[in-house]
Amino acid sequence: MVDKIKVENLNCFYSGKQVLKNLNLTVKKNEILSIIGPSNSGKTSFLRTLNRMNDMNVSFSRKGDVFLDDDNIFEMNPEKLRTRIGMLFAMPIPLPMSIYDNIAYAPKVLGLKNKKNMDEVVEQSLRDASLWDEVKDRLDSSAIKMSGGQQQRLCIARILAIEPEVILFDEPCSGLDPISTAKVEEAMLKLKEKYTIVLVTNNVKQASRVGTRTAFFLMGELIEIDKTQNIFLTPKNKLTEDYITGRFG
Amino acid sequence: MNFKLSPKLSQKIAYTLLVISTIIVIVPVLTVIIIIIKNGWSALSWEFLTTMPKDGMRAGGILPAILGTLAIVSCAICVTLPVGVCAAIYLNEYAKDNLLTRIIKLAIVNLAGVPSVVYGLFGLGIFVMLLGFGVSILAGALTLSIMELPVIITTARGALSSVPYSFREASWSLGVSKWQTIRRVVLPNALPGIMTGAILSISRISGETAPILFTAAAFYVPHLPKSMFDQVMALPYHLYIISTQIPNMPKNIIFGTALVLLLMVLSMSLIAIVARLYFRKIRKW
Repeated sequence: MVDKIKVENLNCFYSGKQVLKNLNLTVKKNEILSIIGPSNSGKTSFLRTLNRMNDMNVSFSRKGDVFLDDDNIFEMNPEKLRTRIGMLFAMPIPLPMSIYDNIAYAPKVLGLKNKKNMDEVVEQSLRDASLWDEVKDRLDSSAIKMSGGQQQRLCIARILAIEPEVILFDEPCSGLDPISTAKVEEAMLKLKEKYTIVLVTNNVKQASRVGTRTAFFLMGELIEIDKTQNIFLTPKNKLTEDYITGRFG
Repeated sequence: MNFKLSPKLSQKIAYTLLVISTIIVIVPVLTVIIIIIKNGWSALSWEFLTTMPKDGMRAGGILPAILGTLAIVSCAICVTLPVGVCAAIYLNEYAKDNLLTRIIKLAIVNLAGVPSVVYGLFGLGIFVMLLGFGVSILAGALTLSIMELPVIITTARGALSSVPYSFREASWSLGVSKWQTIRRVVLPNALPGIMTGAILSISRISGETAPILFTAAAFYVPHLPKSMFDQVMALPYHLYIISTQIPNMPKNIIFGTALVLLLMVLSMSLIAIVARLYFRKIRKW
């Protein structure tokens, strides 16, 4: 498969303290790469570097490069980059507007779609996020009043509306119950056909359920990356085996 | 001696002290309002509000003073609100957290505590004399707007930082720029707070005397204001004059003028409360 994202010798620091150590990995097109690891292992820092959300943090600095297709992301306009690499946060953050406006917001501001197509964009995005049937009769009601699981899928739909190439999921189910989690995972597997996905999760089982490949991070280092079944059945590194079997952490 | 209050008694004493303090706060305000209404009510009439003063202020109306105050205050707020909100946006959303920014923020908070007469002298020096605006609506309005800037900036910054940071992140993560995020997400949600601050500022500067004393207000102007460079009469200053400088001044006109000023300020505060309630209701989080 084609490499979508290539990370070369990436080192990241917050206020001089190193959080990612000499990272080299690739994300292949149309796969779900799950990243597992205990807290403070640099998973989220890695995601936030990929779409340059870390730029907003003044204490952040980095060495090394990341390529999206063949473009160095650190030489791109960060706003343009974020329309190509969307991000879903751990807590659902619906904007304080209606369901419809939440999805139409970015395409409207960015001038991606004209008004006539907007209804279609909203419907298609909600369908792809498996939310359309639940909300089609109340698109004008506030997004804040939805349940947590619905809000998280709304946030997925919001990302789909800007048609990115890659979607980053940052522990998307940490605040959700098992049924909502199943729905988000179902949406993720469906999205794999069109998008490339990087999933950070604290839930090892989730990685084994949806990941095409799985990477194990520990203390800012990549310990192991392989096909998910290899990681879970025949891990090469002792640390990986200890983590997935729950012997530490 | 080992003297200890029983918990029940100390609870009672604390409760009583708190209630008494609250009463001490309310009573003077209520007394002032009652006295002003009681003495001034008889002067209030349509004629009082819409005609020129006569008889060396002892009769007639206070129209020029009302119009003068409205002119000065509306000009002042037109200057101070946009400048103050823009400065607040810069300080809250863009400025890096370094020593200079911290000094600026500290200075702004402290400027709010400078006595208003100092601003009056500043306005006299800069606007009236140096820039040659003379004693005029413009000079008075600019002086008031400079006096009110720190307050507007502080309240607007409070309103902006009450909008959750996560909203900004969500918007940025969709490729929306910093400015568009401020315009579409942050400002609409900060608006109720900014509005409340603005309207409370209006009511505060409507009552200020010292800053317009040297910069805008006149003892008596026989015509209504025609341009920005006219001297005007203003309600607070007019009230000061008629209560101290004019002999044999009918008491009900003095209190009537005070009542009009009070009603203007109170109705502004009322608008602030209603506006806040309204924006809270339409806000969806």
